[in-house]
Amino acid sequence: MNIKINGKEQQILGFQTLKDIIISKGLDFKRVVVEYNYEIISSDNWDNIILKDNDNIEIVNFVGGG
Amino acid sequence: MQDKLIIAGKTIENRLFVGTGKFSNKAVVKDVLEAIKASVVTVALRRVDLDSKDENILDFIPKECLIMANTSGARNAEEAVRIARLAKACGCGNWIKIEVIPDSKYLLPDNLETLKATEILVKEGFVVLPYMMPDLVMARKLVLAGAAAVMPLGSPIGSNRGLRTEEIVRIMIKEIKVPVIVDAGLGFPSDAARCMEMGCSAVLVNTAIASAIDPVIIARAFNDAVIAGRSAFLYAEKRSFSVSSDGARASSPLTGFLDN
Repeated sequence: MNIKINGKEQQILGFQTLKDIIISKGLDFKRVVVEYNYEIISSDNWDNIILKDNDNIEIVNFVGGG
Repeated sequence: MQDKLIIAGKTIENRLFVGTGKFSNKAVVKDVLEAIKASVVTVALRRVDLDSKDENILDFIPKECLIMANTSGARNAEEAVRIARLAKACGCGNWIKIEVIPDSKYLLPDNLETLKATEILVKEGFVVLPYMMPDLVMARKLVLAGAAAVMPLGSPIGSNRGLRTEEIVRIMIKEIKVPVIVDAGLGFPSDAARCMEMGCSAVLVNTAIASAIDPVIIARAFNDAVIAGRSAFLYAEKRSFSVSSDGARASSPLTGFLDN
């Protein structure tokens, strides 16, 4: 199925949770914030969300800025 | 002498706020912040680059610093609110610098959208410091909406052109009851000193420090300038002399021995 992560279309296998995706990207759980279909999901709940076709995921973190 | 800057109940020791963008090397950010014992530091929020493992800016900000996220990238109130909520979820507190910029040529802020975002975020419990085009009427509206401070620009972001908005900023300082913090465009320590001498509560500097050949030296110079400017402002309230509009007044005795 197709999902969008940070604006890029990706094909993933079915039955994956949001947490699976975050782990697969090798990200530091404490340093990123995840928005799932425009809703912020705290890391405690990543495991409860099973991804479906056309989901939109944004993964953000802090960078230098003025 | 007690001269404390307090914003939303927080005592802020250092009136030089530092932006962390544009540094060529993140380790230098840490050197700068430590060298001047920075109190308030700004960061931005961006999509994680999934293709490269970049170091995290938070690893270079001393624990004592208060982190203020900005909403850069937002073009309207809705986007600013979305970024602010994401920033809060990052777990670094609830201070937010609202920055709404629809214009990519001059990077000038949209005051009306900034006001809308301020109204929403204050209700959600954020400490809101809006970056704004200097304007007394809008500053009053922002204060009414609950802004903890207002941050008028000195000149366009990254331009190093200094305090080109002096007349309006001066009026804002006089009339606005929350701290006025000049943000953007300050290119030289003397610009910062000028702002502080006028009565600004703080200044925010990024580009002038980050793009310097030696950011630590320039950061120290800005820090000294901010302290000097603040002292001059505090003293100005006591001083008895006035500024002479023309002519000169000798500071050395002129009763010379040469003509006698």
